[in-house]
Amino acid sequence: MKNRSQAKTILLALFSALFAMAATAQGASPIRILGAGATFPYPLYSKWFSVYQKVDASILIDYQSIGSGAGIRQLTEGSVDFGASDAPMTDEQISKLKIPAFHIPTVMGAVVVSYNIPGLTKDLRLTPGLVTSLFNGEIDSWNDPRLAASNPGVALPDLPVLVAYRSDGSGTTAIFTDYLSKISPDWATKVGKGTSVNWPTGQGGKGNEGVAGVIKQSEGTVGYIELIYAEKNGLKHAALQNKAGAFVHASTAAVTRAAEGSIATIPADYRVSITNADGKESYPISGFTYLLVPSEMPKIKGAPWIKFLNWAISADGQKEATPLSYAPLPPALARRVAKTIAEIRLK
Amino acid sequence: MNASTGAAPEYHGPDRWFRHLVSLPALAVPALILGIVALLSHQALPSLISQGVGFFARVIWDPVHKEFGVLAFVYGTLVTSLLAILIAAPVGVAMALFMTELAPPRLARMASIITDTLAAIPSVVYGLWGFFILAPALRTYFATPVSKAVGGWIPFLKGPAYGVGFFTAALVLSLMILPTITSIAREVFKSIPRAQREAALALGATRWEMTRMSVLGPSMGGIAAAVLLALGRALGETMAVTMVIGNRGQINLSIFAPGQTMASLIANEYAEAADDIHLAALAEVGLTLFFVTFVVQSLGRAVLKRYTHK
Repeated sequence: MKNRSQAKTILLALFSALFAMAATAQGASPIRILGAGATFPYPLYSKWFSVYQKVDASILIDYQSIGSGAGIRQLTEGSVDFGASDAPMTDEQISKLKIPAFHIPTVMGAVVVSYNIPGLTKDLRLTPGLVTSLFNGEIDSWNDPRLAASNPGVALPDLPVLVAYRSDGSGTTAIFTDYLSKISPDWATKVGKGTSVNWPTGQGGKGNEGVAGVIKQSEGTVGYIELIYAEKNGLKHAALQNKAGAFVHASTAAVTRAAEGSIATIPADYRVSITNADGKESYPISGFTYLLVPSEMPKIKGAPWIKFLNWAISADGQKEATPLSYAPLPPALARRVAKTIAEIRLK
Repeated sequence: MNASTGAAPEYHGPDRWFRHLVSLPALAVPALILGIVALLSHQALPSLISQGVGFFARVIWDPVHKEFGVLAFVYGTLVTSLLAILIAAPVGVAMALFMTELAPPRLARMASIITDTLAAIPSVVYGLWGFFILAPALRTYFATPVSKAVGGWIPFLKGPAYGVGFFTAALVLSLMILPTITSIAREVFKSIPRAQREAALALGATRWEMTRMSVLGPSMGGIAAAVLLALGRALGETMAVTMVIGNRGQINLSIFAPGQTMASLIANEYAEAADDIHLAALAEVGLTLFFVTFVVQSLGRAVLKRYTHK
């Protein structure tokens, strides 16, 4: 009997403690904003949301990195406050939205052509034609004379070319196939561009880490991954010949140059591809990642959310990008985006 | 028992409640399955209409040009699962025999704890291990030498060996289904009365003859049930397979070639499927997986029946 009443007291104490905690949490009650979408910018977004807590503690942003396509579906169904996508929404997707949404470019990322060729002393240099020929299977050995022609002085081994691609649908694939479609009309008609395509040759790895793993493990493999994964895994990546004819190595600076090179052609809704951009220093395979923000929001959520968006594209937000291998927006573009953010209506 | 008396069973008081309590879940499962089929069919409708019957006969998966076919993935699912059973069934039965018939009790207990632990390992761990350790090792020490030696005239063993592919996936799957086969077979062997074994020995049977006649023989039904259960898991396994199969939708006779299964394709493409027809095609793959599982299980059941009702 005695034990029982003791247990009761303890339980009671526990419950009241829980209630007290719940009550204090209620007291602070930050405004919760829910988002879902692309996995590529997730490391940066989660960094942003935690850093921003120190700027404004009255707003709590939850972001689920479930993939661009799934994020767009959730936005369409109205189950999240914002979406996020690497590829701009298609006209078909936009037509399904109940409330029109703005594309807010936040940062840019680069996709690199990475390879594992043993004993190579210099980095590979690839022309657009060579990139296409590698990925459509026309070049099946690394000592192909076409490769040697643009890599003078490099001893390329007699090794079969193995292609690795992303097996899961991804914005990375969308950017890379967009590039291939721009540089090769043949690729554009036969394979095309999208988050998943019918690859002419090779094997698929799941996620950037999967493709990076395939490249790392098998000699002779060439694949495309996001810049940060090549750097993290110590993988070599090729210098690519850009539209101006210069060979450029991927870097966050070279990506920002690509955006500057295309700035005149960026439309009002920012739905644009910046692959194969103009400019001598532009890296040719890069793209924006976007937040998809409804153009009309309830005031209670919208006001702090707009404040956050402005912070994210400001110097304070953008300076978090480079250490994580994302390229910051060119300042001229950030000023344009600020005007777009100002168009969000509060009701 | 009631059947023998011919009278309908009568339930009173708590019995009645108990009857309702157990029949509810029993009915809920078929209802749930019907619900799943209905929902999948509904979602797959656009693809059923635009792709037609060709969906089941084509080897192409092109989301850009909206051409879809499931055949390569059916092939991948069946090949990996059947290979996995071919590997896991004899090994699992042998392990169970060792534990019940030969090993000293303490060793048997330890061995059974270890095999049961295999069942508790998350599939993503199997996948990562398969991808980073098993696949490179297989390529270097097994697949490449084998395909170089005999691949020229045995199409099933043809190179080049990528490391990932049907065989690696089957091997990882076989490890994952091993505990299912071993523990069920073990329980079946244990349930055989001691007297039956002693009777065989008394008739002058050797150890092997005794095992074959009085242990393995009567256990065939149980073993077949264990294999069926394991097959179900192998057919639907997603995460581990997708990491080691190479994810290329093709029908290739070589077991070292990369392939793709239905479950793994859905897991790969569902989150980023942009347009409706792509989503519908994925739902149709799910529907196909459902029916393939159903057919395989029914075939298995027919085999099981042959063994148990002789």
